[in-house]
Amino acid sequence: MSEQIKVDLVLDLKGLLCPLPIVKLSQAIKDLPIGAVIEGVATDPGVMADVPAWAKASGQELISIEQQGKEYKFLIRKIK
Amino acid sequence: MEQNKLSMVVFSGDMDKLMAAFIIATGAAASGMEVTMFFTFWGLQAIKKSEKTGKSFFGKLLGFMLKDISGVGPSKMNFGGIGRWMFKKMMKAKNVALLEQLRDIAIQLGVKLVPCQMSMEVMEISSDNLISQVSAPVGVASFLEEARNSKITLFI
Repeated sequence: MSEQIKVDLVLDLKGLLCPLPIVKLSQAIKDLPIGAVIEGVATDPGVMADVPAWAKASGQELISIEQQGKEYKFLIRKIK
Repeated sequence: MEQNKLSMVVFSGDMDKLMAAFIIATGAAASGMEVTMFFTFWGLQAIKKSEKTGKSFFGKLLGFMLKDISGVGPSKMNFGGIGRWMFKKMMKAKNVALLEQLRDIAIQLGVKLVPCQMSMEVMEISSDNLISQVSAPVGVASFLEEARNSKITLFI
């Protein structure tokens, strides 16, 4: 499903634990223009709950989040 | 008026409780909240330089016991520093950010670190004894003003 969406930045969050995935995500999204899409790849299972919560709190759009083996991949679109 | 703010009293100087405080603070700042941490009593150790403090006999005695952020131990099972050493090793092995790194991240994200004037007086800790990134010391009215306008307030 993510094939059609153009990814502007791939963020490697592997090996990082709370709160670093959302800290890195918030820092990375700052430098991108509105409409840009970030793909995050993490290994912390906590991101399955935390990335949607972060998106809601910070007003960004969560396009998708899914587990792929031992990795968790998500797409976030900057909307503000 | 309630704003998208979090204000926190950091009373504890325990490693584990300070971890919780800085994880919540950095998480909130990363989610777009304005965050203020008020450091009082034992919490002042989290924003203190590693130098010894105190002027009077008791002040110096206390200053001798106080730690800085990398020297504080967990609230349970410290066993004279062994607990601190063990926790740090375990956290490094799991790639968890150490307390001093979390504080750096908090500073980078614009978290305001505010010392409590009264406890600085009592404990004989001067502004020069604190890291340069802290704001000017304040009293309870300033905290309450921040807290009144905050969505979330915590005491740790």
